[in-house]
Amino acid sequence: MNKPLRRIALFCGILVLALLIRDNWLQYVRADELNTHQLNRRVQIERYAHQRGNIIVDGKPVTGSVETKGSDFRYKRTYTNGPMWAPVTGFASQAFDANQIEKLEDGILTGNDDRLFFDSTLAMFTGEQKKGGDVVTTLNGKAQEAAFKGLGDNKGAVAAIDPQTGRILALASTPSYDPSVFAGNSLEDSENRQELLNDKDKPMVNRALRETYPPGSTFKVVTAAAALENGVVEDIDAPTDTPEPYIIPLSRTPMKNSHGDCEKASLNEAMEVSCNSVFANLGDKVSRDKMVETAEKFGFNDPEIDTPVRASASVYNTTMDRGGNALSSIGQFDTAATPLQMAMVTAAIANDGKLMKPYMVDQLRAPDLDVIQTFEPEEMSRPVSQENAQLLQQMMENVVDQGTGTKAQINGVTVGGKTGTAQHGVGNSKRPYAWFISYAKTDSGSPVAVAVVVEDSNGIARDDISGGGLAAPIARDVMKAVLDGKE
Amino acid sequence: MSVVTNTTTIGAIDAPSRRNTELLLLAFAVAIPVFAYLNVGLALDGEVPSGMLGYGLGLGLMASVAHIVVRKFARYADPLLLPLATLLNGLGLVLIWRLDQSPRLNARADFAPQATNQLVYSALGIALFVGVLMILKDHRVLQRFTYISMAAAMVLLLLPLVPGLGADVFGAKIWIRVGGFSIQPGEFAKIVIAVFFSGYLMVKRDALALASRRFMGLYLPRGRDLGPILTIWAMSLLILVFENDLGTSLLFFGMFVVMLYVATERTSWIVMGLLMSAGGAVVVAQFASHVQSRVAAWLDPFGCLETAPPNSNMINACDQMTQVLMSFGAGGTLGTGLGQGNSDLISFAANSDFIFATVGEELGLTGVMAFLLLYGLIIERGIRTALAARDPFGKLFAVGLSGAFALQVFVVAGGVMGLIPLTGMTMPFLAAGGSSVIANWALIGILIRISDTARRPAPAPAPSPDAEMTQVVRP
Repeated sequence: MNKPLRRIALFCGILVLALLIRDNWLQYVRADELNTHQLNRRVQIERYAHQRGNIIVDGKPVTGSVETKGSDFRYKRTYTNGPMWAPVTGFASQAFDANQIEKLEDGILTGNDDRLFFDSTLAMFTGEQKKGGDVVTTLNGKAQEAAFKGLGDNKGAVAAIDPQTGRILALASTPSYDPSVFAGNSLEDSENRQELLNDKDKPMVNRALRETYPPGSTFKVVTAAAALENGVVEDIDAPTDTPEPYIIPLSRTPMKNSHGDCEKASLNEAMEVSCNSVFANLGDKVSRDKMVETAEKFGFNDPEIDTPVRASASVYNTTMDRGGNALSSIGQFDTAATPLQMAMVTAAIANDGKLMKPYMVDQLRAPDLDVIQTFEPEEMSRPVSQENAQLLQQMMENVVDQGTGTKAQINGVTVGGKTGTAQHGVGNSKRPYAWFISYAKTDSGSPVAVAVVVEDSNGIARDDISGGGLAAPIARDVMKAVLDGKE
Repeated sequence: MSVVTNTTTIGAIDAPSRRNTELLLLAFAVAIPVFAYLNVGLALDGEVPSGMLGYGLGLGLMASVAHIVVRKFARYADPLLLPLATLLNGLGLVLIWRLDQSPRLNARADFAPQATNQLVYSALGIALFVGVLMILKDHRVLQRFTYISMAAAMVLLLLPLVPGLGADVFGAKIWIRVGGFSIQPGEFAKIVIAVFFSGYLMVKRDALALASRRFMGLYLPRGRDLGPILTIWAMSLLILVFENDLGTSLLFFGMFVVMLYVATERTSWIVMGLLMSAGGAVVVAQFASHVQSRVAAWLDPFGCLETAPPNSNMINACDQMTQVLMSFGAGGTLGTGLGQGNSDLISFAANSDFIFATVGEELGLTGVMAFLLLYGLIIERGIRTALAARDPFGKLFAVGLSGAFALQVFVVAGGVMGLIPLTGMTMPFLAAGGSSVIANWALIGILIRISDTARRPAPAPAPSPDAEMTQVVRP
């Protein structure tokens, strides 16, 4: 009976071997995947096991950590002025994961990033408490405050960029929420979060990055850029051949203008009083494909604008017909843009045609303040030539001097801007969006470009909603805050 | 006259008993769990645990008693089996005690600390081990009980189905409740039925092996010889269907096929066994929802967590499986260290069916492999005993017990690691549960008895009165 016995011994050996191989597969090959799986509560436990690093604005933390008892999470996240900073920080909750910077830079904040390995190992030997590293942002506290206060009770968003570097200076969204109300894992935290999720005003949506709006007339600067770049307009003061009324191509509908003097208006005049007919006509002449090309150089149709928080893609339809293209050229039809996108358009023009990649994380720091990584400005594209950019600046400055954007004027500073009032809803039944984009210019170039959008402005008569009236003062305050800080 | 030689003097050189080797190994087998105990205490509270002395003395005492009894009653036994079982039992106690300290588990209504009970069960196990060695002087005595064993095994297996006695624990009906105790009769039936199989096959092996027809390269048995395997097969299926227990069913059928193969040396039995178990499993999987959810949780635990209907058995099974897998993943190569993992996130049966996940998380890949090799060593020592045994009954009995042990380890460890669908069985010696630890100590006791008989030098033949008379006649 010994031969089959030896075979049985071999068979049992194979069973054990199979278990050993399976274990290597599980604990070596798949270990990382299982260990970081979103259902794995250990990720959360580890995230809050040590004092979490902070998110820093202007050298001061806007976040904090407090010790808690009664659960398997040791520390809890706190926020200073949570609603104002929520679009920047995102949230980190014991029960509900995290998002935005809190999630993307989680490794640094928890101290588990490989680059912090030395620090944590050292801490282990010196017996110090392990602590997370800090994330230093590019934001400007004063500008953010101006933006958040300016929006007030309105629904809307502000994005402000430094045109020369792409550093994001302000990123506000209202109505906002306080991430500290559901940072824990109690029943109350859960109810608070549910209440926020059920709120029809959607306070947890980051409107500055993740909501797209029809940009309305602010998009006309893109159309003007395309017309200049493609030689459709050579001289901004020469009359264009726009008839009055201008019939939208492939239709019998005349394009409505809210201002009388649009027949044969020059590009400069049309910009000043925001003539729809002139820009629809120019967009048609530039042609859809060239319009798409220019819009995409400004960042439209790019699904991967990472600041590092990813912004939604702004849209310029690439397959529509001539009529659609004419309507899109004035920022209606399918055209949609995030506030960040319109700030990028403005910044590119203000920076003489060079678009810098927008970013909001400046540095990652170890707990002992050693800099682990510094993010450098990066050029994204050149949507317009320097000469054409300066022509566009001239026209936008006109708008603020004597056109629809006079409310954005700042004493002693050159300001360029463009208003927008975008229709939306079936038959334009809903209250329009008020837009304003602008930049300020000093001797050393432009330090700030800003885009403001205000949704559904309750309590204000419909006719009064215009970018010039509602949004321009907010843009002015944000620019002023940045300029004041420079002095 | 030539020189008279007496051959009996050769027997005077005694075969090595290896008892001192066993004693040395036992010292390690006691010291390692004591250090593990200390490790848990330091990790959890930062101080030497108060129960350490008691635990160390208890384990040491049990090991000493077992060793002395082996020295006295089974002098030539295999020196590895006792230390291996002691080490596993000791580490199991540490793991159970570690999980007793978990605040997360203690917050659950269905959780009660198990370490003290388990220590008592281990002592009972050692007592049974001692009893086996003292009473069972020769394993061949058991041959007499072949058919009684069969009846006893049947009764044990069917007990959980008796109304009022059987207890349904999360779908599986493999427990009976007597007084305040839950007993798993299947663990004992494992040993009893091995007696029957060995006795039966020893008698019938020639008929089963020789009377066969050749068909497509395989020797097929005669129709009437198929009776026993069909009966065992049917019984396994009945266990599966009525007790909802895939593990026990697989264990018995697998054990029978292994022993049948060893007895008859016919590969055809293996082929038939595999076909029959595959067939049975497929048929049962068609209508047993219990088995279906286990299979779903095995195929894609994370996926089925999303697709399974809420609050169903299936979603519970999948949730358990994901927790277990993540626990293994969290351990990585070296593990978090004893007392520092979060394997208590597996809230249900963390210290019984899923205790191996705690090994995975806190001792890592290294620890799990070490444990698997310890089990592997027990199995191979068992089969070695079978090889060395001189009588066919002993051979069959030893290989049956070792094979069942191997299958159980494979089914449990493979189940928790997601290699095969999970079954409700317990890791021998590690998991909390009295029946398992007591029955496995008995199993080790029997293997030690058989190995002692196998290695014992043949008794010196009595000096022949004719020796002087025999003379070599030279030509």
